[in-house]
Amino acid sequence: MTKQIVVPFGPQHPVLPEPIHLDLVLEDERVVDVIPSIGYIHRGFEKLVEKREFTEYTYVAERTCGICSFIHGMTYCVGIEQIMKIDVPERAQYLRTIWSEYSRLHSHLLWLGLFADSFGFENLFMNAWRIRERVLDVFEQTTGGRVIQGSCKIGGVRRDITNEKLDEMAKGLDVLDREMQELTNVFLHDATVKHRLRNVGIISRNDAYMTGAVGPTARGSGVAIDMRKLGYGAYGKLNFQMVTDSCGDCYSRCLVRSKELFASTDLIRQAIKKIPDGPVDVKVTGAPDGEYFTRAEQPRGELVHYIKGNGTKFLVRSRIRTPTLTNIPPLIKMLQGCELADVPVIVLSIDPCISCTER
Amino acid sequence: MTFFEMTKTALRTILSRPATILYPAQAAKKTGLSRGHVTIDPARCISCGTCQRKCPAQAILISKEAKTWQIDRFRCVVCNSCVDTCPVKCLFMDTQYSAPATAKGVEVVAITYVKPVKPPAGKTESTG
Repeated sequence: MTKQIVVPFGPQHPVLPEPIHLDLVLEDERVVDVIPSIGYIHRGFEKLVEKREFTEYTYVAERTCGICSFIHGMTYCVGIEQIMKIDVPERAQYLRTIWSEYSRLHSHLLWLGLFADSFGFENLFMNAWRIRERVLDVFEQTTGGRVIQGSCKIGGVRRDITNEKLDEMAKGLDVLDREMQELTNVFLHDATVKHRLRNVGIISRNDAYMTGAVGPTARGSGVAIDMRKLGYGAYGKLNFQMVTDSCGDCYSRCLVRSKELFASTDLIRQAIKKIPDGPVDVKVTGAPDGEYFTRAEQPRGELVHYIKGNGTKFLVRSRIRTPTLTNIPPLIKMLQGCELADVPVIVLSIDPCISCTER
Repeated sequence: MTFFEMTKTALRTILSRPATILYPAQAAKKTGLSRGHVTIDPARCISCGTCQRKCPAQAILISKEAKTWQIDRFRCVVCNSCVDTCPVKCLFMDTQYSAPATAKGVEVVAITYVKPVKPPAGKTESTG
């Protein structure tokens, strides 16, 4: 039997944007087992819910993640609105959907860049991030923040987007689409990139389902789950096709995310076309008394916020289950049997967001 | 499967201007809504303490005795909550980020608001 050795991977590693530690059990160059450990950046957000008023906690919930911050804030607000039975105006629902989809564009473009970096294609990384800058500009023009938008509040949204600005955004999407097409062509059709990604980190449909994969990781293996199909926000009134692929390797996950970019721009176009006029928020009085589970689709997968209130201004419990946490068991499955040199690409292929995971 | 997929992009990048700007020689992009840092008009602040209560980062401290409004720029998360909730609208959001500092500390502003004295009811009658 070959001698087994343990190689530590992370928490400090050039390919990792955030700290996660993996103990790789190797037999020669082959990974036979992986022992993950998290807990390097725990910030205690869930405990903070007892110390901040439920209205102010929106800002805290939003800061759970630096990439999909808007969706965190929105999911928390939806939970409170459901407990307090608040009817959010239609226009606010559409605006939330538009910002959510821009978040997805932002996150996927960021991920494509990091992924290119993980397989050593620095030039592609810079191109992806240059395109992402357009999305961040839209965020800054409409919400005032590039990364932390802070535009969602309980009962609606904090600021409206004028119809002229919406039309301008729709025009900007055409430019974005053209640039993204050029970018994704490299990811999906270039010989070297394809050679690097095909048949690396394979996870079967059954394994992905049984280990609880969510988001593009699950859809890349053919598990068709997407929380947007629940119809929260304005998704119920918009038409979109879920993107899935059946191979379950790194290329499939890249393909799913690349195609989702165009699904997102299409959703934004539809929302801009259908958005009704009207108020963007309602006045909130009282305090939440009850509990609720909210599910929403983040760029990385299904996000769950559990909120429990007791009728006072301070909530009793908040629990956030982020997609990366549930994507770690599938990651272990993918890594078993792979080559050591493929580990960085496979780890990046699930789009790990460790700050989210540890809250 | 194609080769030289990036040639077009690479050529365009060579021939176009850089995507980055020469900050700080050239000013950073800012929009009217950009959240930079919170400023106060001390002549209008009534020391009600709403901003202090509504601050999720507990960065603001108001002292009614000393008549001061202080903010810890290192704690402030620039969420705009205080600006939105201020009843007399004396807080503003500046679009520029607060300047870098070499030491941690708080910024103290003396409140100069003076409560207007109501003219006595009897006096107005006699003048009128």
